[in-house]
Amino acid sequence: MPVQVHLPTVLRSHADGAKTVSVEGSTVGEVLTALVAAYPGMSGQITDDSGALHKFVNVYVNDDDVRYLSATATPVTTSDELSILPAVAGGAVGV
Amino acid sequence: MLALSRSVHDQMVAHCLVGLPEEACGLLGGDPATGEALTCYPTGNLASSAKVYTVDPRDHLFADRDAEANGRSIIGVFHSHTHTEAYPSPTDVAQAPDPSWHYVLVSLRDTEPVVRSYRIADGLVTEETVRMTAG
Repeated sequence: MPVQVHLPTVLRSHADGAKTVSVEGSTVGEVLTALVAAYPGMSGQITDDSGALHKFVNVYVNDDDVRYLSATATPVTTSDELSILPAVAGGAVGV
Repeated sequence: MLALSRSVHDQMVAHCLVGLPEEACGLLGGDPATGEALTCYPTGNLASSAKVYTVDPRDHLFADRDAEANGRSIIGVFHSHTHTEAYPSPTDVAQAPDPSWHYVLVSLRDTEPVVRSYRIADGLVTEETVRMTAG
């Protein structure tokens, strides 16, 4: 079933500038796999070779971070919206 | 160039001062085409540390939605350096998430806060002009 996926600016160039795209899937993992299949430029930027989320990416189903749900196994329906955002971190460590 | 209104500047610096002794962080909403930062989104620092920061992902999600709902985007991130100059650390460079963003550093090392802005792409740091605007 189609699920809306909201893309961060850094990934939009791989989707012809679209802010939101619609892809098929019944779990977060299926949606992300379909997303990369539709937009191969995103390959390696969201999940690693094993399909696990990169630590520098946060994925949400509606308001909830999927790491606090069932990660890529989290079920989604057509009424859910997925959001992908970069993890934002840094600091003065080592200085 | 980053155009920073006085109110956004002041909210940003105030959030960093309130966060002491830890690093504070937040996001900037605005127009990516002009580099105008029009909204300051203070966020939690999940790292709760004087040396590193992690923008609270839920704060990021809500800031992103608010910016988009107002026809804007998140165009950058700011954070404080509590005891060092306003220059990106190796950690900041390594973890910079988006080459289109503005990376603003607020140094609280000296009595007067120092605000500087950078672009970070492919590991290269380039300082940019910060233009203060009315508002």
